[in-house]
Amino acid sequence: MAVAETNNIISPAQGRPSALKRALSDGRLVTVLVFLPPALLLFTLFVTLPLIEAAGYAGYKWSGYGDPTEWVGMRNFEILQKHSAFHQSLMNTVWVIVASCLLQIPLAMSMALLIYRKTWSNTVFRLIFFAPYILAEVATGLIWSFIFDGDYGVAAMASQALGGEPFFPLSDRTWAFPVVLFVVVWKFFGFHMMIFIAALQGIPEDLTEAARIDGAKPGQITWFVKLPLLKPAIAVSVFFAVIGSLQLFDLIVPLTNGGPSNSTHTIVSYLYTFGLTRLKVGFGSAVGIVLFLITVAFAVVYRNTAMKET
Amino acid sequence: MRTFDWRDTARIAILLVVAATILFPLAATFLGGFKTSGELRLAPFSLPEVWRFEFYGDVLGNPNFWSYMWNSLFIALLTVFITLMTGAMAAYVFSHIKFFGSDYIMSYLLLGMMFPLAAAVVPLFIKIRDLGLLDTPWGVILPQAAFGLGFSVLLFKTFFDQLPRELFEAARIDGISYIGFFFRFTLPLSTPILGTVAVFVFVTSWNNYLLPLIVLNDSASFPWTLGMMQYRGEFIVEWNKILAFVTLTLVPALIFFLAAQRYIVAGLTGGAVKG
Repeated sequence: MAVAETNNIISPAQGRPSALKRALSDGRLVTVLVFLPPALLLFTLFVTLPLIEAAGYAGYKWSGYGDPTEWVGMRNFEILQKHSAFHQSLMNTVWVIVASCLLQIPLAMSMALLIYRKTWSNTVFRLIFFAPYILAEVATGLIWSFIFDGDYGVAAMASQALGGEPFFPLSDRTWAFPVVLFVVVWKFFGFHMMIFIAALQGIPEDLTEAARIDGAKPGQITWFVKLPLLKPAIAVSVFFAVIGSLQLFDLIVPLTNGGPSNSTHTIVSYLYTFGLTRLKVGFGSAVGIVLFLITVAFAVVYRNTAMKET
Repeated sequence: MRTFDWRDTARIAILLVVAATILFPLAATFLGGFKTSGELRLAPFSLPEVWRFEFYGDVLGNPNFWSYMWNSLFIALLTVFITLMTGAMAAYVFSHIKFFGSDYIMSYLLLGMMFPLAAAVVPLFIKIRDLGLLDTPWGVILPQAAFGLGFSVLLFKTFFDQLPRELFEAARIDGISYIGFFFRFTLPLSTPILGTVAVFVFVTSWNNYLLPLIVLNDSASFPWTLGMMQYRGEFIVEWNKILAFVTLTLVPALIFFLAAQRYIVAGLTGGAVKG
């Protein structure tokens, strides 16, 4: 019906004025004019404009007061390119992506395979595994910073048992980021598990049943029947994992706040520390543009390759 | 019949190990709030020797704690209301009234799902400041609603398209206007999807940290995420107090999660399947 209406509006036989009049008299025009602007205004004001302005500000050196006047061209990007802390933050972000895809997703998949059937005990495990995803990232980070505190938690017990000095993994250049990666996996694997469980429950029973009758062992059924059918779910899961990794910030603040000596920054915590807290609007915008371009490039390439194939 | 199934035993063992890894830090946090600082240092993970309620009591008697909770609730509820209303109204237009360019306008809103808030956070800060919204809850509410729009419009449009068209036609013949139909039929028939989106927007807002961090400076307007970090700064060496505080802030989230579990899972899988 809606399609028919569209045809009426643009069909030359009817003529535009009468279509417009009709839209006016039956209240469609009013509805559009009342219902659409709030969403468009909100979105344009707080999403689109800031992004466009980021592109503009990135060419200035500006403290945020008055008007931006000091045009520096590509200087902000050049500074960024030379800043070793930024390189480190990029590398760290890559590590988060790697850990998400190679540790977290396989873990999520194994757990999903173990508990996707609808039983009472499986529901309990599902709730437990999903719980960390509901916790705020800052609260998660704070809890783990206690567990890994060299004076109190696991680290203290380990160093006492070994008779050594108190050890602070989160202030250690070698260990701080692996701890962050561990917490990331701990926090987010339940989300991916839920995606896989939904997909596994969508696999028709007769497929696995047929394989069993043909003599396939449980391991073979998993590997040759279930996993291939889960490809779309895995594609979605990897997409969310990468997009989420690129934006990781809240967890970093309570765990390490980017330290020791800027070795555990992610792109966003770098942006926050070096762009926002020092109110270097131009520089912060430049970092934002880099993040934006990486995200969009990934999304476009991924949608046209991995998502299309499956 | 076998009396011992090693496969099932191994399966349960693995599940228990993973579950223990999840629950262990949470339990340590909960128990830590009952211990003195000294006991916490000596025995961080055991049951407290004496269950001391004073640290939890301190937090509960702290007016700041209640102010943080109230601010979070206020921000989350208004974000939910604004996202649902603006999103559902826009999706209703996309679902029922086709006009030249309507598809483009919808794609424009959907693009928002891809944009990371963090990328534009510095200009967003300038914008919020120029609008005079710094240190007001609106400075958090409106951008949150804006960033939640893409996701909610997509879910609403899909749902509205599946509502029976005959109903709409019958209502039109009975002289009910487009706007009237939206409020009298579309919204009441859409409670499942409204619930799903509401739960997601609520949890995202409740847990949000980055946006309040840049918008709010005055601790009187802090949501609990900022308040918790402030509290940690004040009691940096007294982990027992911090742990009690963390536990109490997590209670509403966990209750909410258990109550709204069905909607959360529906939202995840619905979103996942449709990609």
